Amino acid sequence: MYAFEIHRPTTVRQAVNLLAKNPEAKLLAGGHSLVPVMKMRLASPSALIDLSKVEGLAGVEVGSRSVTIGAMTRHRDVARSPELHQVMPALASVPDSIGDPHVRNRGTIGGSIANNDPNADYPAACLGLGATIITNKRKIPADEYFQGMFDTALEPDEIITKVSFPIAKKAGYEKFKHPASGFALVGVFVSKRSSEIRVAVTGAGANGVFRATVFEEALKKRFHPKSLDGVTLSTDEMNSDIHAGKDYRAHLVGVMARRALAKAVAG
Amino acid sequence: MPTVSMTVNGKPVSANVDARTLLVQFLRENLRLTGTHVGCDTSQCGACVVHVDGVALKSCTTFAWQVEGANVTTIEGLANGDKLHPMQEAFRENHGLQCGFCTPGMIMSAVEMVWRKGSDLDEQTIREELDGNLCRCTGYHNIVKAIHAGARAMAGDRGPAQQAAE
Ligand SMILES: Cc1cc2nc3c(=O)[nH]c(=O)nc-3n(C[C@H](O)[C@H](O)[C@H](O)COP(=O)(O)OP(=O)(O)OC[C@H]3O[C@@H](n4cnc5c(N)ncnc54)[C@H](O)[C@@H]3O)c2cc1C
Ligand code: FES
Ligand code: FES
Repeated sequence: MYAFEIHRPTTVRQAVNLLAKNPEAKLLAGGHSLVPVMKMRLASPSALIDLSKVEGLAGVEVGSRSVTIGAMTRHRDVARSPELHQVMPALASVPDSIGDPHVRNRGTIGGSIANNDPNADYPAACLGLGATIITNKRKIPADEYFQGMFDTALEPDEIITKVSFPIAKKAGYEKFKHPASGFALVGVFVSKRSSEIRVAVTGAGANGVFRATVFEEALKKRFHPKSLDGVTLSTDEMNSDIHAGKDYRAHLVGVMARRALAKAVAG
Repeated sequence: MPTVSMTVNGKPVSANVDARTLLVQFLRENLRLTGTHVGCDTSQCGACVVHVDGVALKSCTTFAWQVEGANVTTIEGLANGDKLHPMQEAFRENHGLQCGFCTPGMIMSAVEMVWRKGSDLDEQTIREELDGNLCRCTGYHNIVKAIHAGARAMAGDRGPAQQAAE
């Protein structure tokens, strides 16, 4: 690991100023993506701007129509929020499926979404619910925010402060875990909110998280696993690596989507 | 070089360290508490798990300065003098270790598992919760047995994090 300086701001404004002054600096949230890549020297920030002392960035707030989660809320605290379990258990199940208990004790939603790993779970939930990513500057709809593997709409001096998820009565997440890493080989988040149907897929795409529009179309008639009978996903946009080929991934998306739908319609 | 101060196993400690110093390095190299192990250094094996304010974390993926002011417990701080912690006793009793390399992390994780999940743990819960701990001797069967017994022996112990939240 290369040497770096540390800054521990207590307000978002201080953090933004530090980021603007130090273009080679990086924000540090839970550190469970950044520290491993720094060890491998794949990242060498000149400074770390630690967000853990910044006030007001953590917490789960359940409103009548949406759930707002602070960027520094740890996976464990989202997974264990009783209020969230009541209104949208499907969303609570997403952080619960991440990594292992120690990773969940440290990792945050803001870090996960900023990182936008193509196999991460939260991006599927954001896109699958049509969430809004709220930063120090603006509100970004999930459809515009995720721009490809490890790529987002965030500008260099932009900090995610919270994520707002509309409450969907019907929603489900299903993940096929990579047996070694625990990340999603394929994960599918489905939701229905009045007439809006979303099917978001992580792990499978050659260009990161995406919406399976052919599935969304098929589900417009009836939001039910059976509606996907005979509907297949093109393999063109699928990722292929040593863990799984395009065909296998495309097939798994169908299987995971059906299972997620079964959960969503069951309640 | 930043100064870091924290309480480790009940004792206040303080040192000037390079910002790169990981918590596990601080514990092992500065404090000579070598019970916390480094198995993978890639955040996967759990040999380095310690408690920070009652929460289990991988000390190889945390900088020492990130836990400034915290209460840290390592495997060395678990026993009460000569009396082993009930979870340590259960590992001994159930032959829950072979070479012993993964054991400190297993025990620290197991104790926190009980704090989070209660003392009545079934086998499946224990196996799922051990997702972040690898045993290269593959002695999982007895590790699971040991945690099952140790959890029962810990009945009523809800841990510092839970107590603080109440
Ligand atoms: C063993 C292991 C298993 C894992 N398994 C999974 C899994 O199954 N599924 C999964 O989804 N993830 C998994 N992860 C990743 C984990 O969820 C990370 O915690 C998460 O991706 C990053 O969150 P963090 O808070 O640790 O961020 P950090 O590592 O601190 O930061 C990550 C990146 O985001 C930036 N950043 C952080 N916060 C903000 C912010 N508020 N605004 C703007 N930028 C910000 C940082 O600068 C950095 O570039 C795993 C990690 C490990 C170590
Ligand atoms: S040494 Fe920390 S997880 Fe392996
Ligand atoms: S006892 Fe040898 S690694 Fe687990």
